[in-house]
Amino acid sequence: MMSREFTQYYEQGTSLWQDAWIRLRKNRLAVIGGMLLIIITLLCLLAPVVSPYGYEQQDLVLGAAKPSLHHWLGTDVFGRDLFTRILYGGRISLMVGMIATLVALIIGVTWGAIAGYAGGRIDALMMRFVDIVYALPFMIFVVLLMVVFGRNLLLLFIVIGGVEWLTMARIVRSQVQGLKQLEFIEAAVSLGLSNWNIIRRHLIPNAIGPVIVYTTLTIPSVMLLEAFISFLGLGIQPPQSSWGSLIADGVDTMEEFPWLLIFPGLMLSLSLFALNFLGDGLRDALDVRTSKD
Amino acid sequence: MWRFIGSRLLQAIPVLFVVITLTFFLVRFAPGGPFSSEKSVVPEVKRALEAQYHLDQPLIVQYGSYLNDIAHGNFGPSFKYPGRSVNELIAAGLPATAELGFYALFVSVIVGMAAGIIAALNQNTWRDHVPMAAAMLGICMPAFLLGPLMVLVFGLWLEWLPVSGWGEVPGDKILPSLTLGAAYAAYVARLTRSGMLEVLSQDYIRTARAKGLPEYVVVMKHALRGGVIPVVSFLGPAFAGLLSGSFVVETIFQVPGLGRFFVQAAFNRDYTLILGSTVFFAVLIVVFNLLSDVLAAWLNPRLRNGLSNP
Amino acid sequence: MISVRALLVISLMTLTACSGGINRVDQGIRDQILHFGNGTEPQGIDPHTTTGIPEHHIEQALFEGLVGKDPNTLEPVPGVAESWEVSADGRIYRFHLRHDARWSNGDAITAEDFRWSWWRGLQPALGNEYAYMLYPIKNAEAYATGKLTDFSQVGVRVIDPYTLEVELTAITPYFMQLLDHESMFPVPRATIEKYGTPTDRFSLWTRPGNMVSNGPFRLSEWKLYKYVRLEKNPYYWDAAKVKLNGIVFYPTENTITEERMYRSKQLHITSSIPLDKVPVYQANRPHELHIEPYLGSYYYMINVKRPGLNDARVRRALAMAIDRDSLIKNVLGGVNFPAYSMTPPGTGGYQPPILFKFDPKGARQLLAEAGYPDGKGLPKIEILYNTNESHRKIAVALQQMWKTNLNIDVTMLNQEWKVYLDSRDSLDYSVARAAWIGDYVDPDTFLNMWVTGGGNNDTGWSNAQYDDLVQHQIPAMHTQKERMAGFYKAETILMEEMPIIPIYIYSTKYLVHPSVKGIPNNILDHYVFKHVYLEPET
Repeated sequence: MMSREFTQYYEQGTSLWQDAWIRLRKNRLAVIGGMLLIIITLLCLLAPVVSPYGYEQQDLVLGAAKPSLHHWLGTDVFGRDLFTRILYGGRISLMVGMIATLVALIIGVTWGAIAGYAGGRIDALMMRFVDIVYALPFMIFVVLLMVVFGRNLLLLFIVIGGVEWLTMARIVRSQVQGLKQLEFIEAAVSLGLSNWNIIRRHLIPNAIGPVIVYTTLTIPSVMLLEAFISFLGLGIQPPQSSWGSLIADGVDTMEEFPWLLIFPGLMLSLSLFALNFLGDGLRDALDVRTSKD
Repeated sequence: MWRFIGSRLLQAIPVLFVVITLTFFLVRFAPGGPFSSEKSVVPEVKRALEAQYHLDQPLIVQYGSYLNDIAHGNFGPSFKYPGRSVNELIAAGLPATAELGFYALFVSVIVGMAAGIIAALNQNTWRDHVPMAAAMLGICMPAFLLGPLMVLVFGLWLEWLPVSGWGEVPGDKILPSLTLGAAYAAYVARLTRSGMLEVLSQDYIRTARAKGLPEYVVVMKHALRGGVIPVVSFLGPAFAGLLSGSFVVETIFQVPGLGRFFVQAAFNRDYTLILGSTVFFAVLIVVFNLLSDVLAAWLNPRLRNGLSNP
Repeated sequence: MISVRALLVISLMTLTACSGGINRVDQGIRDQILHFGNGTEPQGIDPHTTTGIPEHHIEQALFEGLVGKDPNTLEPVPGVAESWEVSADGRIYRFHLRHDARWSNGDAITAEDFRWSWWRGLQPALGNEYAYMLYPIKNAEAYATGKLTDFSQVGVRVIDPYTLEVELTAITPYFMQLLDHESMFPVPRATIEKYGTPTDRFSLWTRPGNMVSNGPFRLSEWKLYKYVRLEKNPYYWDAAKVKLNGIVFYPTENTITEERMYRSKQLHITSSIPLDKVPVYQANRPHELHIEPYLGSYYYMINVKRPGLNDARVRRALAMAIDRDSLIKNVLGGVNFPAYSMTPPGTGGYQPPILFKFDPKGARQLLAEAGYPDGKGLPKIEILYNTNESHRKIAVALQQMWKTNLNIDVTMLNQEWKVYLDSRDSLDYSVARAAWIGDYVDPDTFLNMWVTGGGNNDTGWSNAQYDDLVQHQIPAMHTQKERMAGFYKAETILMEEMPIIPIYIYSTKYLVHPSVKGIPNNILDHYVFKHVYLEPET
């Protein structure tokens, strides 16, 4: 039999998300950010329609050319159209950014919340595991994975997610540790809610602020980490591109062909700003304490 | 409190043991040994090299003697640099790395926290958006971009600062410190802002304000304490990372630090140096995560109960 | 709080005590100190335990062999030996050492020093990767591989303190060149034995203060990952002619940083130059750009065990479908030379056969003859290369050329260096980028490696006729003319079978400040530091 109080909590939980959605829609910056992200994603997905060039199509004689009518954002040293390469690169970077961050988010939040809530030996064991994973030599690990499993994108997501969740877990744990002493959690315990429900319904939503912020911070670092892992041979292979690898290449020729750095950098920044506004909006919308007002 | 610290230090022993063991076997299974090179080494020479470094013994024997060495504080000889011990290499790189790490931490904490606090107090105004936009820019600009860019502007165009070097001429420490500090500053700023916003809406802050306490007392004394906890959680591993050196910043600015040795060690399959660097980093992680947890508990009285049962 | 404020003040003081930076280049010209970008931190400076080019540079300044090389002609010039004779059959060399040759601590150098040094270099337990440079000496190989334990049977004899006799297994026209290689340098016995056993790789004898050497310079300071500083050696027999007072070698791993150090006058010479910077210097400061042909080949290895690639016609089609001129002009900054043979033309007076050219039509035809018309049915090809900017650029360009000219889809795979070496070694690839830098100026160093089972023949290719030529017939030949004809024949077999696709001949490319005089002008990029000096610009 479901207790009346429980149902109340349940309903309050739903209305919380509905409230949040309404408030998010009122936040102008967040809406702009969200729309911008959708536009960028669509452009990347529709790259073959938007651009007349292939991402690997070379024109060695043309070489690196400044932006022009034919090549809106210029070309790289192989005469490949930069606009096209940015769009195709966006597919990889957005996918890595989203999926790897999601992996990190799910593992990190769950791990941190359980450790923080359980406390004691379980907490110690879980957090020492985090210390161990921090300390393992990342590069050797990547090389080994590549040799054992071969090269594939799924592995790339797992590897990146696998290192990015650690700090997330630490942040969530310290938040949860503080929260669990609060009255409303004690109330939930006395109401007989299961531990899992307490973590899911009360602890995580209340720790959401730092989680969202750290997530928006994780996405760019994940996108840049992808460039390094590809450099080690695990990620994408040329002639494919990603924003991270385009930027890394652009840095080398920033004096000779500045557009090769500026445009990919601009695209990355633009997406991240958009994401950030959306994240801030989400954070404000989900702030359970302000919602009590 | 002391019991908590003592118990955490005891827990460090199994952590280090697991890290050493895993790393020891992981590196041996990575393809390519320390003595493979473009011009392939004659088999006899390779055998002799392996014998010199006891690589011809059974793996488990090597593991045992490595544990024994490490228990005596001896990380063994480097494979890549004949005549250098791992202890010596770490000792040689640590001063520059530690100094650079401290400056970067200093930059990131001061700049990042100030920006975060200002932004939080002026939520959704230009005084929020400008520092946060700057922070986002800092995050989008990895060191491999920011470093060369600053060298170009301040070193080559304006000629204000040296383009590279460490402790050779006055001012050559500025650009590497700023480059390394920038990314961390951006993280700190974002985390501070959100932490502060979280705290500022809580009851005890309202109570403090209602009591008529001056705003800076409310902010600096009450709000900041709780607001920086996520930052503190972040800084533990971040500082451990800083102290084990940044390969990118060190190579861009020719800083004689640990990061170059450590990354080269992995590329060279310099087994002992990889292990030495891993143990070194593991100790830093254990120590700084502990410090960060203690600091977080000190900042937030609600966490203190957690200290009694580690 | 006070401590925090103190820290702040101290930090700000250290950080902001700023001035415009130093100009090492001009200071160096005044003091005759050469500032040299050396690529990486040297592994060490013991000539018997190091192999790389940065180490080679430092050792060339620290030590001197029996015979040196002229920086322009590479002909032998007197070193520790002031004269020498060769027996009529070309197998026995007798060297007369100069009486005034000294170690940097003032001790005399005698023939025994060389005998002992070569003994050390050949010790199996030392693990000297360059021991094979001594193999032309009679019984040296047997001793180094442990088949012979009596060193007195190795062809090195001390006749008297100033006379050394060397007996070779066979005529070796390039033997005199080897004497200038670090594996043949004398090393100080007394010092080495003071700091450990002779075969100990872990020794402190090469540290500043301990180290003794016999070249124009000696070690004065070594700061890890900062610099290695050498000073003029006052005991060097030819010290009067040495103009530099010192050389500082910097570990400059990042070529972009290095170029910027050069531009801000911190270096006289760089180890390299980023590809994209070449056109900039060509246009603005061409006289500072040092580009010379270099004794090295860049090529693609083919795994001849793979289906499809096991057909020589397919391999030749791949070679003929590469537009080397376009690649070099548009991708490599125009500083290399197209290669149509393994051995660079002109190596020791040798001209290799040219058996193919860029010919897309002929390539397609060959591919069709092999049973893959228009590229159809050809098993998948993947280019393996180690992570590196220019390897990647070349692979990207070739991939497109093969697509356009042969209509075959080629994928790319980059691997981290050691993984790549492992894949290559275990034939776990279809096409792989590779390169070879000659050890000495003779076609032998480029052709000897392709014999069946050769340590560097990672293609699976084997040809009995080729093996016989390179391993037996040519070593028995007496005149250079005969030998060159033999190499021509061998290389013809190699290029018809084509287990490797030559792409370009290396060139050295780096930046040299106009004040630096006496830099090398030879295909080995061989520095003779005693002739280098700095002259103020006029």
